Amino acid sequence: MPRQGILVEPYQRLKLEHVEQIHRASLAILADPGVLCFNRNAADIFGDHGAEVLPMRQGSADCWLLKIPGKIITDAVQAAPKVVKLGARDENNCLILDGQEPRVHFASGSEANNWLDVDVETFISKREPGYEVKFPVFRVQKGTVDRLAKAARMCEHLDSWDSFLRPVNIQDDDITDDNKDVNKFFASLNNTTKHVMSGLTELSQLDNVVKMSRIIAGGEDRFKENPIISFITCVVKSPLQFVDDTTQTAIEIARRNIPLVISSSPQGGSTAPIREEGMVAQINAEILVGVALTQLVNKGTPVLYGSVPVRARMDDLYDSYGVPEFNQYNIDCVQMARYYGLPCYSTGGVSDVKVPGIQASVERLFSHILVTLAGPQYIHYAFGLLERTNTFCPVQAVLDNAHISMVKRFVRQPIVTADRISESLEQVRRVMGTSHKLYIRFVRSALRSGEITPPYPFESKDMVDETLLRAQQQMEEVLLLPPRHIDKVTIDRVFQQVPGLLTRMMNY
Amino acid sequence: MAEDMISLIRENVIQGRVTQDDEGFDEGKVGQPGVSELTEKALAQGINPEDIIKRGFSEAMVVVGQKFEIEEYFLPDMLASAEAVGAAMEILEPHLVKSGIKPKGKIIVATVKGDLHDIGKNIVSILLRGAGYTVEDLGNNITPQAIVDAVAKERPQFLGLSALLTSTRIRMRETIELLTESGVRDKVKVIIGGAPISEEFAQSIGADGYGADGFEAVRVMEALSTNVEG
Repeated sequence: MPRQGILVEPYQRLKLEHVEQIHRASLAILADPGVLCFNRNAADIFGDHGAEVLPMRQGSADCWLLKIPGKIITDAVQAAPKVVKLGARDENNCLILDGQEPRVHFASGSEANNWLDVDVETFISKREPGYEVKFPVFRVQKGTVDRLAKAARMCEHLDSWDSFLRPVNIQDDDITDDNKDVNKFFASLNNTTKHVMSGLTELSQLDNVVKMSRIIAGGEDRFKENPIISFITCVVKSPLQFVDDTTQTAIEIARRNIPLVISSSPQGGSTAPIREEGMVAQINAEILVGVALTQLVNKGTPVLYGSVPVRARMDDLYDSYGVPEFNQYNIDCVQMARYYGLPCYSTGGVSDVKVPGIQASVERLFSHILVTLAGPQYIHYAFGLLERTNTFCPVQAVLDNAHISMVKRFVRQPIVTADRISESLEQVRRVMGTSHKLYIRFVRSALRSGEITPPYPFESKDMVDETLLRAQQQMEEVLLLPPRHIDKVTIDRVFQQVPGLLTRMMNY
Repeated sequence: MAEDMISLIRENVIQGRVTQDDEGFDEGKVGQPGVSELTEKALAQGINPEDIIKRGFSEAMVVVGQKFEIEEYFLPDMLASAEAVGAAMEILEPHLVKSGIKPKGKIIVATVKGDLHDIGKNIVSILLRGAGYTVEDLGNNITPQAIVDAVAKERPQFLGLSALLTSTRIRMRETIELLTESGVRDKVKVIIGGAPISEEFAQSIGADGYGADGFEAVRVMEALSTNVEG
């Protein structure tokens, strides 16, 4: 039984004619001006399938301008699976992502350098020295293996967190580019039984990561049936450039038939048009060409349509996730993915501000609600991200878990049946026969069944907002829950067969 | 036999079932007698009304209160139980008089003139009935004169005034002043409550008590009852 996520009635921002116009615009972009490709293999693959390949030079690098006829793209995209399974150590935690079914699942994301701890300190009023108040203060720490493992343990125990996409960049002194991949995957897999997704730092480590995952999944065949990991690759750098190393990574992952997100993250106003229709036409072209590449390499490679469109700030050209345009871009992309029947890896729940609080809540709730309503199959970045995507805050992740659970209640389908209408009529009749005219009695069974939303879990009763203090308490409670580690025999096999794992990882 | 009946009444108070049409927490309760039907049966069997109240209702309400304290019960559960007791008390009332049992006390409640909000007053009424008080509810948007007339006529021990709006709480002061002018102020204890009401406000207008919520209203009544002759 896979995780259920939440099935929504999708909000359609674009009409079908808009979707088709954007589709045609994307194909027109891929035909002319085309895609600048810095990876020789990809250029050859598209050339072999009928694209025009024009050798060029950019700076000191060889590259090829690919002018790709629309049919190559549409045929290849058509070959991509419409349902993708993301497996999990505990198969009850696997995700079935069906491109035609708007069932939304929530995941973390980014690879933030910073980890934000929240401490509680007592402050005394200068005006009234007898008046004390507890207030959160923040400490920025660097991402480490230990903290990545902590985040995975939180994911394991927070109900709305469906899939673990590594949120923290591990920067320990003994972590290098060559051992980073195996250690980050191991720290994640050993601390959550949910699906683990990550990018790959070094292509040379791909087979070690796959070997480890096969051992943990129970063998090569079991891994095929239950792919407990998947990868993200940003094959196309916006605007419209196949990057050499990530493109090669995508090709190799496709050859191994492992689930793969083809992610593109153009910035409206700098690396993509700022206007909605232009932005979406470009990002759609970038994702389609990436998806097409995987299918030309290995027809049937399980891929997700990875849309991460953002808007540029006009003061410093950083990403902005809090602006309404971010939601517009993302909702449109969800509709484009659905048009092709591809499962959509979408984006929501990020704040531009550096610390949890009012601004963070406002910014992230916009996208938590609106992007969810659009009905993507997978929303990444949904937990704990602040300062755009540079900081992961575990207390914020606890808040996000609660807020997403409220969003899920909000978007769930109404149930209007003859039986329920009859029950309501009976309640009205009975209440009108009482002196108090209150329906409170009839609330009770709904309260017990979980049909009614409980109070805000971090509610403050007094004249101080204690949301963060309460969320921090919950985080501490969650971290005290027993982890569900991989069994000892399997861990020993992993350490015997997979090079690069640090001995101290056994403690995580 | 009597013990079984009292036990059944207790169980149904805890389940918050007024009549046989009500659900409880356990499956299959609908169709089985609720507290009202059981109380009538108990009387028919000759069980002493005082036993029904003390060992049936009161003991059950202690359990309900404990469940509420430990957050096993929510406010709607508490109110359902109180409503069940209140309904059964109405059935018992004539028998109490016959048996010479002194009623706990009578309260007139009203939402003051200009205010149509009566949820709070209704909740307090349910809890008071559940606690064994006789409640006469005048309704909402009630003028000071109508309230004073009712007090003069019914001679209750208590008067409960409710307001939700800051703009209408002034009617509470006017009502208390009119009680004084009419010569009945010293015959009745006035308790007030509602969102814009505070202890300070209650004192400033000369009320005898203030309940921040329904439970406190009952506690205030119990405290004042010790100083009131029935």
